[in-house]
Amino acid sequence: MAGAGGGGCPAGGNDFQWCFSQVKGAVDEDVAEADIISTVEFNYSGDLLATGDKGGRVVIFQREQENKGRAHSRGEYNVYSTFQSHEPEFDYLKSLEIEEKINKIRWLPQQNAAHFLLSTNDKTIKLWKISERDKRAEGYNLKDEDGRLRDPFRITALRVPILKPMDLMVEASPRRIFANAHTYHINSISVNSDHETYLSADDLRINLWHLEITDRSFNIVDIKPANMEELTEVITAAEFHPHQCNVLVYSSSKGTIRLCDMRSSALCDRHAKFFEEPEDPSSRSFFSEIISSISDVKFSHNGRYMMTRDYLSVKVWDLNMEGRPVETHQVHEYLRSKLCSLYENDCIFDKFECCWNGSDSAIMTGSYNNFFRMFDRNTRRDVTLEASRENSKPRASLKPRKVCTGGKRKKDEISVDSLDFNKKILHTAWHPMESIIAVAATNNLYIFQDKIN
Amino acid sequence: MKCQKKKYRRRGDRRSTMSAEVPEAASAEEQKEMEDKVTSPEKAEEAKLKARYPHLGQKPGGSDFLRKRLQKGQKYFDSGDYNMAKAKMKNKQLPAAAPDKTEVTGDYIPTPQDLPQRKPSLVASKLAG
Repeated sequence: MAGAGGGGCPAGGNDFQWCFSQVKGAVDEDVAEADIISTVEFNYSGDLLATGDKGGRVVIFQREQENKGRAHSRGEYNVYSTFQSHEPEFDYLKSLEIEEKINKIRWLPQQNAAHFLLSTNDKTIKLWKISERDKRAEGYNLKDEDGRLRDPFRITALRVPILKPMDLMVEASPRRIFANAHTYHINSISVNSDHETYLSADDLRINLWHLEITDRSFNIVDIKPANMEELTEVITAAEFHPHQCNVLVYSSSKGTIRLCDMRSSALCDRHAKFFEEPEDPSSRSFFSEIISSISDVKFSHNGRYMMTRDYLSVKVWDLNMEGRPVETHQVHEYLRSKLCSLYENDCIFDKFECCWNGSDSAIMTGSYNNFFRMFDRNTRRDVTLEASRENSKPRASLKPRKVCTGGKRKKDEISVDSLDFNKKILHTAWHPMESIIAVAATNNLYIFQDKIN
Repeated sequence: MKCQKKKYRRRGDRRSTMSAEVPEAASAEEQKEMEDKVTSPEKAEEAKLKARYPHLGQKPGGSDFLRKRLQKGQKYFDSGDYNMAKAKMKNKQLPAAAPDKTEVTGDYIPTPQDLPQRKPSLVASKLAG
């Protein structure tokens, strides 16, 4: 079931034909650290697209209605709201600097006119309410139009304030702040299908919260050893099952995944299922454990599968089969012969994310040189595409890219040694229903759409 | 490979002195290793790494590595030590840290200048521009 490694088959038949749609962000070569995008997430309808950056800011884009008369406007995403979610902090008690970088954003399902999302940095999770205001009251009794209080003794008549339309204003306000529950650095948050609770996971613990309650959190997984000298693995990602509110999974730095059932006990230290691919002991090397560390785990929309991303591959697991994955897709196998250099420059520790499309028929993940990879699970075809300003003419088709590993480099191929390891695509998102993808390339956000759309 | 080193992941043992010795005549074990290099690119890379850093620990995923990861963000500054050292030195300057020193240990006393100022971002995101 292994997918072809590194190859790029031209799109055809049922395959997608991806085209450039938009790019957001500055063009300058000098990228400020704060502008580096650290998370990208579509909401449940796909109408809103949120990004978080290292500077602690959140920018939300909204898809424009398509029936605006412009034939070519295929629902572009424009800025809807932006706010400072987290600020840098210093924990004086522990001499610990707390970065404002937004690690994850997760949307809540929409229940009324307002939109809610959870955003988290290393230590604190916040629930933000994003609401629209398009009416303003005029004719107050106790204050003037400019806000100055009127002298109550001068008021001789009462009037009823009138609601008048105003320019749309989108306001973001923090409704809940969930703090002080994590000793280590938060790597994941996941909203439960019950829409009332959510989990937050750090390197050693997973906590369960109720969205309404900020002063209490239940610890449901704790892998901290009594003696820290015995520490052998950390939690790298965690997620709730999309339909079963009692099921969650968490991945580890050793390449294993544990599925827990919250009905079995209050503390889920004992897993219900343990997923691990057997390893050939003779092929083990210094790098084996590092490259097996799972950087992301995502359930499929239908809840039957989950996908894990390790350094060189993406694996699809059937939840009913713990012994091995049902699919393994090579992302950039050519890097296996570069592991020494990648260890020296720390790139081997890069945490790539992965995502499913709405129908679970395709998966996507990022790579280096601003390349990203897509795997079609039905046709078994894969393609390598590039997010670059050079291919940014409106509706221009993206040309498949190919990395050359051997000696002879064909025209249009790029050799492994020419790859730019500073240009990494760690965060990508796929619209929940349509063929629209968002790809974060350092400080730029690219949006691509399928031509057939 | 063009990539900047990230300071919070730097490990002390990778900076240790490197042996300049050339491996002697291949023993049976080394012969097998050479065979492995042919069949496994990963093992070849491992051999390369070991040649560059012979003192590199055997267990990269072991507790030292993980504990470093858990300690991310740790900053050391003790105002008592700093002021005492300043008083002792009087007019002399405190020894400045080497420019690339990211972990502060030993005799060196951290100064307030070593702690990067963290201010909230007052500028709007360029994505919203």
